[in-house]
Amino acid sequence: MRYLTELILLSAAAFLALLGAAYAKDNLFQAHAWILFFVLLGSCVLLARRVEFGLPGKNASKPDPSSYFDEVIRYGVIATMFWGIVGFLVGVVIAAQLAWPELNIEPWFNFGRMRPLHTSAVIFAFGGNALLCTSFHVVQRTCRARLFGGNLAWFVFWGYQLFIVLAATGYLLGVTQSREYAEPEWYVDLWLTIVWVAYLVVFVGTLVKRKEPHIYVANWFFLSFIITVAMLHLVNNAAVPVSFLGVKSYSAFSGVQDALTQWWYGHNAVGFFLTAGFLGMMYYYVPKQANRPVYSYRLSIIHFWALIFLYIWAGPHHLHYTALPDWAQTLGMVFSVMLWMPSWGGMINGLMTLSGAWDKLRTDPVLRMMVISLAFYGMSTFEGPVMSIKSVNSLSHYTDWTIGHVHSGALGWNGMITFGALYYLVPKLWNRENLYSLRLVNWHLWLATLGIVIYAAVMWVAGVTQGLMWREYDDQGFLVNSFVESVVAIHPEYVMRVFGGLLYLSGALLMAYNLWRTIRGDVRNEVPLGGAQATAKPAPAQ
Amino acid sequence: MDYNFLRQLADSWGLLYLVVLFVGIILFTFRPGSKSKAEGAAKIPFNEDNNNAQE
Amino acid sequence: MSVLDKHAKLERNVTLLFVWSLVAVLIGGIVEIAPLFYIKNTIEKVEGMRPYTPLELVGRNIYVREGCYLCHSQMIRPFRDEVERYGHYSLAAESMYDHPFQWGSKRTGPDLARVGGRYSDEWHVQHLIDPKSVVPESIMPTYSFLAKAPLNTKDAAAHLKANRAVGVPYTDEMIENASADLEAQANPDTDTSGLEERYQKISLRNFDGQADQLTEMDALIAYLQMLGTLVDLEAYKQNENLR
Repeated sequence: MRYLTELILLSAAAFLALLGAAYAKDNLFQAHAWILFFVLLGSCVLLARRVEFGLPGKNASKPDPSSYFDEVIRYGVIATMFWGIVGFLVGVVIAAQLAWPELNIEPWFNFGRMRPLHTSAVIFAFGGNALLCTSFHVVQRTCRARLFGGNLAWFVFWGYQLFIVLAATGYLLGVTQSREYAEPEWYVDLWLTIVWVAYLVVFVGTLVKRKEPHIYVANWFFLSFIITVAMLHLVNNAAVPVSFLGVKSYSAFSGVQDALTQWWYGHNAVGFFLTAGFLGMMYYYVPKQANRPVYSYRLSIIHFWALIFLYIWAGPHHLHYTALPDWAQTLGMVFSVMLWMPSWGGMINGLMTLSGAWDKLRTDPVLRMMVISLAFYGMSTFEGPVMSIKSVNSLSHYTDWTIGHVHSGALGWNGMITFGALYYLVPKLWNRENLYSLRLVNWHLWLATLGIVIYAAVMWVAGVTQGLMWREYDDQGFLVNSFVESVVAIHPEYVMRVFGGLLYLSGALLMAYNLWRTIRGDVRNEVPLGGAQATAKPAPAQ
Repeated sequence: MDYNFLRQLADSWGLLYLVVLFVGIILFTFRPGSKSKAEGAAKIPFNEDNNNAQE
Repeated sequence: MSVLDKHAKLERNVTLLFVWSLVAVLIGGIVEIAPLFYIKNTIEKVEGMRPYTPLELVGRNIYVREGCYLCHSQMIRPFRDEVERYGHYSLAAESMYDHPFQWGSKRTGPDLARVGGRYSDEWHVQHLIDPKSVVPESIMPTYSFLAKAPLNTKDAAAHLKANRAVGVPYTDEMIENASADLEAQANPDTDTSGLEERYQKISLRNFDGQADQLTEMDALIAYLQMLGTLVDLEAYKQNENLR
């Protein structure tokens, strides 16, 4: 029987989960242990009857050591697509909850429990799976070596999905440390640590056994992302659990120190998870899709060192004018402003890769998607330093401006570059000549872009409105607005945000359909893009 | 270790150190001799494209 | 090997790349975070701070569990409008026993750093059960289940111990009496002299208006009514704490 050892280990783990449920110190831990038990039990069943994507003429169950390890990447692509849609959907739901509070269903589906679900689903589930599968793809191709560690890559993939499921169910149950983007409690953090070390081993192992003498720059970004996230995760989640059979833990730090540790983590989750890792993607997929080497390889070296060195300092800009000492706030601001330079250096490097091949944008909507993602990267890495200036921050902090900024980065940069990578990967991984439909890609592109533009614009208006209303004085020197008046004033913007989010979600659904048909091997009969009719126009139905 | 000492250190030697390091890295990376190596490295993604990990 | 070939070597050596990347990302964090633990005027000296009572601590855990910090900050910035709207700007010392901190990053609702004592218990009960009943324009979710959820009182001592392990000065006496203190704070009929001795400036009353049972609503309101009330801001002399 295949996977005997794995099955035994899984059932043993399921049994341990059952014991956890039996001896739990609190109801939440018990509920979580039951969830873990059923997930592991289900995994046993699935493992025993494992499905493989059989490729013509190949039997994937007997790995050919001379070939790339692509099956795990195929799973990763599907997981990215799946979690992306989940994350966007939850985002639309919580946006609607802010516009129409009746949509809160207590206790499990209140905004306070749903928001971490949204942020984790898009950052760690969608973004994380995108990083896993693209880093596995890029490192093999640029090292000309099969992934190191055999089935360890499977452990990384499935272990990571388990982390996502435990984190997500925990939020709805009310299991949270309240550290933004690091909400999972201590036992889920420990599990992620194990998975992350395995990820590091697979990645570094592949680099070590590479056949290409030089380590390509995309791998530098991926490597620094893995190392730094490990460091951030370990320090920020340092905590003392109340009981080893209970959910609750207390952070090792308090007050000021805790705040800075958290935002050192929080900002670098953006800097390394959502920037360095995705730049690794950019440095491989943009040159591949454009079929030209990166504009300046030497600029990419400067880009790398400047970015990773400067980013780590920027955290305190989340704590301007708080009880954090001024010197730390100022350091955070200065480094955030400096960070503008490497960010734009990287953006220019990516965009200029197309110099001399701009005409490809007319016929290739996938490349167009990558270019738009770089444009949004440039825009949000300009907006970020501006918002980190203390006087600007005094207005923008605590308002929806921040939310708008985050989304122009996450939807525009991370989302679009991931979509581009997925459109590149699926035909390659499933040995298909072409995508099912390039016109659908184009539709996706414009739906998503319009969605982001609406979202960012209305959140900017909402944020500035809030900021100005809170500090508005009348002639006698009294505050003009009560707090709730500022809530009422931005209701229209909240409604429009839901609409923007819906556009973005529908674009992602189009992508899922398009990729599914591509995997099936279908090709849509359509008029090719290009020439004078380059604007999106649906082809006549076949 | 008090604030003033650290602040003076950061404003003088710390600043000088980082500026020298920064300029040094730029000059080093863009030294004339590195051009051909960089061009070679930039072509890595195009070195092969089949499903074969071996050469 | 000439110095010019060193980076070429780095570009080929995984270990070197690993080590230097790690060094590059360690520096910023160390320079910014480590001094906070050593420079002594990071946290100013104030009168009145004490650890949370067991009931407040459990209430705070409910505040964390429900994700209140996602819409309510607990950090008043030193601006005229914020000080007029919410009270004296927040001091670092006021969150010195907060594991984790709850400063928040977004104000979908108002700041809560000094909400203690601003509204009556009845207002809080009504507001949590149905926010629109007291603030018609509110977009806050309802939390009526808190009034029905019985409070878990038995492992209060373990929570205090865990807090002591991370540096909160709970005494042995506080830990021994944790469960009893937790119940006594919301029950005006019991003998509370020991409790009052252990915790200064404590509110003793039934918070949720249901005399017959101790609920999560009691704990959360006990926590909210304490927020920002501990430090004697009159006695706090800003000049002594100039950074």
